[in-house]
Amino acid sequence: MRSKVKHPWRRRYIVVAALVVVGLAGAAYSAAAAPGTSKAVTLTVDVFGNFGYTDLYKQYEQSHPGVTIKEDTEDYAPHHTSLAQHLATGAGADDIVAIEVGFIAQFAAQSQNFVDLSAYGAKAMKGKYLPWKYEQAVSRNGAVVGLGTDVGSLAICYRKDLFAKAGLPTNRTAVSNLWPTWQKFLAVGKRFQAKAPKNVKFIDSGSNLYNAIIAQQNPAYYDKAGNVIVSTSPKVKTAWNLTMQAIGSGTDAGLSAFSNDWNTGFKKGTFATVTCPAWMMGYIQGQAPKTAGKWDIAAVPGGGGNWGGSFLAIPKQSSHAAEAADLLKFLTSASSQALVFKQTGNLSSQTAVLKSKAVQGFKNAFFSNAPVGQIFATSALRLTPQILGPHQGDFQTAASNAIQRVEQHKQSPAKSWTQFLKDVANAG
Amino acid sequence: MSLELKPAAGSVRAAAPRRPGGLRRRLRRLDTKLSPYLYIAPFFVVFGLFGLFPLGYTAWVSLTDRNLLNPVVHFVGLQNYTALLHDSYFWNAVENTFGIWVISTVPQLLLALALAHLLNTKLRARTFFRMGILLPQVTSLVAVALIFTQLFSHDYGLFNYVLGQFGIDKVNWEAGRLSSWVALSTMVIWRWTGYNALIYLAAMQAIPEELYEAAAVDGARRWRQFIHVTVPMLRPTIIFTVIVSTIGGLQLFTEAYLFQPRPGIATGGSGRQYQTIVMYLYEKAFGSTQFKFGYAAAIAWCLVLLIAVFSLVNYLVVSRIRSAE
Repeated sequence: MRSKVKHPWRRRYIVVAALVVVGLAGAAYSAAAAPGTSKAVTLTVDVFGNFGYTDLYKQYEQSHPGVTIKEDTEDYAPHHTSLAQHLATGAGADDIVAIEVGFIAQFAAQSQNFVDLSAYGAKAMKGKYLPWKYEQAVSRNGAVVGLGTDVGSLAICYRKDLFAKAGLPTNRTAVSNLWPTWQKFLAVGKRFQAKAPKNVKFIDSGSNLYNAIIAQQNPAYYDKAGNVIVSTSPKVKTAWNLTMQAIGSGTDAGLSAFSNDWNTGFKKGTFATVTCPAWMMGYIQGQAPKTAGKWDIAAVPGGGGNWGGSFLAIPKQSSHAAEAADLLKFLTSASSQALVFKQTGNLSSQTAVLKSKAVQGFKNAFFSNAPVGQIFATSALRLTPQILGPHQGDFQTAASNAIQRVEQHKQSPAKSWTQFLKDVANAG
Repeated sequence: MSLELKPAAGSVRAAAPRRPGGLRRRLRRLDTKLSPYLYIAPFFVVFGLFGLFPLGYTAWVSLTDRNLLNPVVHFVGLQNYTALLHDSYFWNAVENTFGIWVISTVPQLLLALALAHLLNTKLRARTFFRMGILLPQVTSLVAVALIFTQLFSHDYGLFNYVLGQFGIDKVNWEAGRLSSWVALSTMVIWRWTGYNALIYLAAMQAIPEELYEAAAVDGARRWRQFIHVTVPMLRPTIIFTVIVSTIGGLQLFTEAYLFQPRPGIATGGSGRQYQTIVMYLYEKAFGSTQFKFGYAAAIAWCLVLLIAVFSLVNYLVVSRIRSAE
């Protein structure tokens, strides 16, 4: 059906292959459609990471005979890059595509490339969503480019066993009470580090700490008018300073998030806390299944915040827009979102689901039976949304690099900050 | 064929003025003149479509502000190039690329020469060894990059483990400038040494035995024979390998791209310590939210120029090897 750009280094061949495949697929399709006998449709869904849709596809295929669903999965960054390419070239995109919040502002700005979902009753969904979540995927001219899947409300995942060894409380309420603010969180870090087991640090990575703090700030990178305000925003500087403090106090393992060493760190228990958006639960379980029962979840310091979460959209180039819209509505429906949360931890973005008993009462055995539903839903319901902008993702990359330069002793915090601002200016 | 054609062509030339109206002759003349071009046309058509056209199109794009997300394109002249010349990240990438090229190519070619020399002696199971050194070449580039990245990882990598056994502190290979260059060069050397060795070997086998005998009569020992007979005779081959590895080395991408701890970001480390030119091109075109195709196209053309100039420099340097004549 489509040639998928999974590995960027294969792009050159893919372009050629894509031309051939598109041609063949077109031919095959007109041949198949000509008799007009069957309504058989293959719908393709392009996601990144794990959206937890496998069971939902089966359900949908059973209730809709003739529909076959195929999912493509890629890594986060290549996924969005190839989507941009497919939109620009007018070919190659799946019928349904996932867009992460870091990219939604950019894609919503090119609404001409997407099916306006209000033609398929999306406006009726407005009241069901967290209001900011719905608005994020609405373009300036009012087109509904995507519908929300999950939100990444925040908590702190921590290792009970390591806390106990360092003489800290392990009960999640007591732990939550230790850190109402990030300052207090850093103080707990110092306490932990003083008695920590050998080779264990309090936090995994400076950039993960920063991401959680920045997610709670509004406005952060962009103001309401859409101007980049990174260099003047006191909130960005606050998040930066807190991160620098954590690094300076020696409580940071300095790992690069999503690296090999970070993944192994989960298995070996080389850090005691991770700032935890809802989707991180699934990641930890996937990386270190043997640490089940050693983890627990406490409230996040500071206010509520959102880190991650996605949308589903239909590119205009899809030849099955109507069928795709139906599937999209099913995948983003309340019942689907509730199921996905139970299976993967990806938290629903619909108010009723967040308040439902199914979510509120849900406990996760891996995280010591923590009432994860209640913790994350509460956090999601009270969080303040952030104003997003098109180059959000680049700023985040630049910030991660800046923090790492300090962690790797390559630059002083002040010099690294200067270079960060330069990178931000270049990205615009 | 040429033997048959020559008299025919001669007679046509001689006969044509006398019988200007001969259609058959004219067709035949056309045939002899045009057919060869037709026979070689397929290559040039394909090359034109997939080689020349993209090259020219890239040159055009480099003169515009083309952006993947923006359908409106403006002609901006040489603006991308002037911006590029003042872009410190571009020069950083150039420096990285050349640095990695030097520490990967020099040892690689010397090692290849030595290996070829060994393989040219009377070894047991010679074919086995000759095939063996080519094995790294047939492994997938991605597999090489992923496995070496694991080996070089800071906390649980094999190299740091071995260093630890000798009481040496862990090296954060990825974080340091020189250390990351060394790591990347290791991948390149591992993959390409055998290939170059085989080329040298083939050339060595073409060196007439008499030259060595004559050298031996003159009293040259093995080392002097190697320096004064083998290396000069290999001169064209050495030039070839140097040029080829220059072209390949300046286009280094996959190894460095996959060496990054965070997937999908093309900055080449937190301080861009190992971002190569092609990685920077990729970052501008695809690896960020910018999609600046015009700028990336300008980088591509600067890379072409760099490769051309640097190949020429290398050619001149290597040509100083005393020729065999």
